[in-house]
Amino acid sequence: MNPRIYIAALALAGLTHAAQAEPAKTECLAGAKPGGGFDLTCRLAGNALHAAKLIKDPMNVSYMEGGVGAVAYNHVIGTRPGDAGLVVAASSGSALLIAQGKFGKHDENAVRWVGALGTDFGVIAVAADSPIKSLKELVEAFGKDPAAFPVGGGGAVGSQDWMKMAMIAKEAKVDPKKMRYAALEGGGAVTTALQGGHIKLASGDASEMINLHQQGKLRILAVMSDRRLPGAFKDIPTTFEQGYVIDWPIWRGLYVGPKVSDAEYNWWVDTLGKLVKTEEFKKEREARGLFAFDSLGDAFDKRVKKDVMTFRALAKDAGL
Amino acid sequence: MSFDFLWQGMNVALLPQNLLIGLIGCFLGTIIGCLPAIGPINGIALLLPIAYTSGLAPESTLILLASIYYGAEYGGRISSILLNVPGDAGAVMTALDGYPMARKGEATKALAISGISSFIGGMLAVVAMTFLAVPLSWLAIKFGPAEYFVLMVFAFATLGSMVGHQPVKTLLGCVLGLMLTTIGLDATSGAYRFTFDQPELHDGIEFIILVIGLFSISEVLLMLESQVKGALKPLVVSGAYPSWSEIRFIWWPSVRATVVGFVIGVLPGTGASVASAVSYTTEKRISDKNGTFGHGDMRGLAAPEAANNAAATGAFVPMLTLGVPGSGTTAVMLGALMLYNIQPGPQLFVEQPKLVGGLIASMYIGNILLLIMNLPMVQLFARMLLLPNWVLIPGITALSILGVYSAFASVMSVVIMFGIGIVGYLLRKLGFDMAPIILGFVLGKVMEVNMRNALAISGGEFSIFFSSTLSLVLWVLAALVVCLPWWLRRRQARLAG
Repeated sequence: MNPRIYIAALALAGLTHAAQAEPAKTECLAGAKPGGGFDLTCRLAGNALHAAKLIKDPMNVSYMEGGVGAVAYNHVIGTRPGDAGLVVAASSGSALLIAQGKFGKHDENAVRWVGALGTDFGVIAVAADSPIKSLKELVEAFGKDPAAFPVGGGGAVGSQDWMKMAMIAKEAKVDPKKMRYAALEGGGAVTTALQGGHIKLASGDASEMINLHQQGKLRILAVMSDRRLPGAFKDIPTTFEQGYVIDWPIWRGLYVGPKVSDAEYNWWVDTLGKLVKTEEFKKEREARGLFAFDSLGDAFDKRVKKDVMTFRALAKDAGL
Repeated sequence: MSFDFLWQGMNVALLPQNLLIGLIGCFLGTIIGCLPAIGPINGIALLLPIAYTSGLAPESTLILLASIYYGAEYGGRISSILLNVPGDAGAVMTALDGYPMARKGEATKALAISGISSFIGGMLAVVAMTFLAVPLSWLAIKFGPAEYFVLMVFAFATLGSMVGHQPVKTLLGCVLGLMLTTIGLDATSGAYRFTFDQPELHDGIEFIILVIGLFSISEVLLMLESQVKGALKPLVVSGAYPSWSEIRFIWWPSVRATVVGFVIGVLPGTGASVASAVSYTTEKRISDKNGTFGHGDMRGLAAPEAANNAAATGAFVPMLTLGVPGSGTTAVMLGALMLYNIQPGPQLFVEQPKLVGGLIASMYIGNILLLIMNLPMVQLFARMLLLPNWVLIPGITALSILGVYSAFASVMSVVIMFGIGIVGYLLRKLGFDMAPIILGFVLGKVMEVNMRNALAISGGEFSIFFSSTLSLVLWVLAALVVCLPWWLRRRQARLAG
């Protein structure tokens, strides 16, 4: 194409688009089976956007399972890169997989990161009858005899749950690879195994464990956060308060394809910006056990890229 | 504890509006179950947001979702029996004896028998759940990786019954199934095995894709082959319903399978596919004296059907009492409870009697509704077999593609399905059974993951597999399953001699 005509066409396209472009139809893609974290993210976005009247028609949620989001990632980049109505659910777990090269040939720069909707936090818990009462006691006891503390997490070696515990292990001067780590099928299996005494330590997410903590079925030793969480968590100390500079937010957010125009991208960023301030959204977010984590547009893009860098360093550190 | 919740629940479930919701759910569920690859989880994921946004009461939503769930357990058998295309994961074993019955002209009887055994399994399991849910929840807690491993040893021990007259082919099939499960993410180390850098293979081969490939695609190829040779005989469909004596004949197999299915359903690490597989092999071990299983034996049809309905019900026990879903579908339902801010746990029965009671009561009602709905319809369904082959063969193919594509939204999964289908066709031509492959696939993954987790916990000590009473009991059972038939045969031979 003649470059001058090309530029003219671009300018024309820009004019008709104006500064922002609302897509005619919206869809949220969850890169897993229904019922998981991606589904939760999509439903949170869809329900709240519609309830707050920021979109006209309800948002469609579709599923494409495979590689915890890897198939969806490749699908969006390869097949629907310019679909402005399509947002895809992601989490800090996606950043971890990208850092480990498990999302295929594409890296974190291959899509446009729109924003986070909320976050959960990592927690470390012991059984209710465990003699360990604080993180400090755990680090000491674990350092002396790591074999006495089989750990359970909801993912394989190298997953978020494994990483959380690996960071504690490092505080105790234990090689993370020497941990007795059982990779169980999801958070529910972890808390059940902890109650059954099959494992002595559980690595998981705050929202999965808080009810059992309140019922006295297990004890959360620390929330992996730099600030005290509200509500049911107000009496549970954080890692920072106990003298360990370790945090593990598990954010949940959205991205769009790489060829979505600036105007269309900005529409999503602005719309989510309006959304997170509404009461409807706050209600929906809390119902799903998520805490506020407002990071949108550029800020979110930086956050994701920083996370990927951190995770790369961590994985290397842990000897993966 | 008191059973107040059940009476309160009956009042809720018998409200005209909830009865109607239950009826709609059962109907939708039956259709969803019928369609290959599309299971209750898809139906529920679709309807949950609609129910939530339309402001339905929590108990009504739960009744709707649950009735879709057990409706699908009934519906899955229909395509298994008529077309050898399992409608969902729990209906695979149903095809083993159900399809031969249909080929013999007994489609109506097979559908009715499986409907009745589904009812027996579903109903007895609801009764068990009403009275034992809270006490049984300890079982789910007591089962750790070591116990799951020994349970799988037991399951493989019952597999001995499948060996039949060609042990080498059975074992080879089983090994093929085991090999196929190793594809994908290794759940313990996080490494990718045999994925060739294809993200589509990261999660391995989906069970349902394997099943549809092995059963329906290879079936289509076999039908095409006999069509070309001109050897495809037209089917006869007799409208005969089972007699009372035949129903009595399947009563005990169904009851035994219900017990097996319910217990396996209660364990969160195993599901309807394991339940129906183990109950089929166990029943074959117990009853198959003349080698009629696999050739259209009613007991071989009744056992897995009763078991998968019992397992579907059993899966509610850990979900309601512990908040741990026993299957993918109950995981979505758990999400529904969370949406309504309802916390599962043993207290749920006391704190939310209307909800839990309504749910359980709707299961009693749903099972009765499904039996009533299904029995008169079986003749209608059976007539489907009279469709000419030029409709039937493309029809099965289209249904298979549609099902797999809509469930996984990827062309790759359709390609894999056809690849498996062609391999399945070749294997069947060579005289292999498909069942051992399926069993190896279903049991292999659970066994591997739990063995490695158990060894990770014990630091490599094998003694962990013998460290609890539960494991020891399971070891003894496994030994009995292997030795008892052999010992009985010897004793019989000695008595005869």
